[in-house]
Amino acid sequence: MKMITAIIRPWKLDDLQMAVARLGVQGITVTEVTGYGRQRGHSEHYRGSEYQVEFVPKLRVEIVLDDNSSEAVVEAISNVCRTGKTGDGKIFLAPVGEAVRIRTRESGAAAA
Amino acid sequence: MQEDKKRTKGGSWLARGLGAALLTMGPAMAFAQDAAEAAPVPNKGDTAWMIVATLLVIMMAVPGLALFYGGMVRSKNVLSTFMQVFVIFSIGTVLWVIYGYSFAFNGPGEWFGDTSRFLLKGLTADSNAATFTKGVVIPEYVFVVFQATFAAITTALAVGGFAERTKFSAVLLWAVIWFTFSYLPIARMVWYSEGYLFKLGALDYAGGTVVHINAGIAGLVGALIVGKRTGYGTTPMPPHNIPYVMMGASLLWAGWFGFNVGSGLEANNFAGLVFLNTYVCTAMAAVAWSFGEWIFKGKPTMLGAASGAIAGLVAITPSCGVVGPSGAIILGLVVGLVCLWACASLKKMLGYDDSLDVFGVHCIGGILGALSCAILGHASMGGVGTFESIGTQLGIQATGVGITLVWSGLVSAIAFYLIKFTIGLRPSEDVEREGLDTNEHGERAYDN
Repeated sequence: MKMITAIIRPWKLDDLQMAVARLGVQGITVTEVTGYGRQRGHSEHYRGSEYQVEFVPKLRVEIVLDDNSSEAVVEAISNVCRTGKTGDGKIFLAPVGEAVRIRTRESGAAAA
Repeated sequence: MQEDKKRTKGGSWLARGLGAALLTMGPAMAFAQDAAEAAPVPNKGDTAWMIVATLLVIMMAVPGLALFYGGMVRSKNVLSTFMQVFVIFSIGTVLWVIYGYSFAFNGPGEWFGDTSRFLLKGLTADSNAATFTKGVVIPEYVFVVFQATFAAITTALAVGGFAERTKFSAVLLWAVIWFTFSYLPIARMVWYSEGYLFKLGALDYAGGTVVHINAGIAGLVGALIVGKRTGYGTTPMPPHNIPYVMMGASLLWAGWFGFNVGSGLEANNFAGLVFLNTYVCTAMAAVAWSFGEWIFKGKPTMLGAASGAIAGLVAITPSCGVVGPSGAIILGLVVGLVCLWACASLKKMLGYDDSLDVFGVHCIGGILGALSCAILGHASMGGVGTFESIGTQLGIQATGVGITLVWSGLVSAIAFYLIKFTIGLRPSEDVEREGLDTNEHGERAYDN
């Protein structure tokens, strides 16, 4: 099993959800996060004063799925979340040791 | 209706009953009759309007000013800002009834009144106060409450200069001292028939000097003596809730019609001009600030439009009864751009931390408005001022501005230093960093 962690622009969530649902992904977890990468924040203006906002709001999307489908999902996410400008975000892929569905106590890929 | 008929028969309201032909013969005739007969009786229309106008000014303070200011601070200080406005407004009201009215609007002095009206001694529901029209009066209690709202909101206005970093106790103590020794004498000087600037002929229809320059310079002095917010210049301190600012500014705009139009003390034809001036100057200033930002800073912002509207309201406050509609538009254009410059550039150049731009908007806007009376108020500029020479009147206006700046600045400074060396002005740095809401008030505005 793999866990995909995608840091994306908040307004791209709907596109992402539709794209991964089409590939059969059944569950995703979304968290509001802030941070910075190369984009290094953005500037805002208040009464003529410019503020550098270092921590930019992003969404962190987590999806756990079996090894075979992960590549297609990563591909789909990077397609829909891309604008070509700095700040598009990142996708991390990590192995997952075990998964348990609490209700049925199924484990492994069946639980993911 | 019955009441009206009775008055018509009574004679003093004869002109109204006899229709247009007699009306054009001028008010002089009616007044001559007034004087010859019984003492004047308040008109119910005037009284009703003044009660509504007073309510509108209360709405300007709470929630208007509180929202306007509260939205501009960081979320950890929003309740402290609300509280400062709310409680100062309340304290100012109580002090006004106890001694404020007596000191400001009684006795013979040019600078200070006397104690004869402490706790409104001697006033009854039948007491009347004069208006600007001979022979027209309003109930004195109504005049007292109308003026109370001015005294109370002006004191609350100044807190924007030193918001987010001053102890609540220090803010309240400052408010009491400044209310007593700056607001009351300045209000008297400008508006009371025995006052120094009133007798000099200074024009201030609704409070450019008394309210805005007075509070604006007091706020700046506070910003300087209290010192900058911890982290000012290195940490971003953006407004936490611009929707609050928009709602606050809109309530202020609507309430301001009570403030300016009510200052005429009568529901008459002239009130229409004052209303129009207040409306159009504000609208022009909101457009000027927004477009100024758009051109010079790249984007027109909501905070900018709201600030522009307030700058326009401030500037038209002294001049709303002196300029004509075209003058009001010119004033709005100028004040929108100048106050934008004051907040965006002047503040940076001078390096003071006037948290909510009390100086940049209220003091600068108030000065422009006060001086504009002498120029845009002249008949040659479409104004309705009765003075003859622009130059002479400009000198008088500048005297009013100068006295207010020096007087209020000094009183504010003395008060702040007194507090600094007794109970102290600032909370500990940790308290300031964590926020005044939880530390000073034991409350939090939001869950996160």
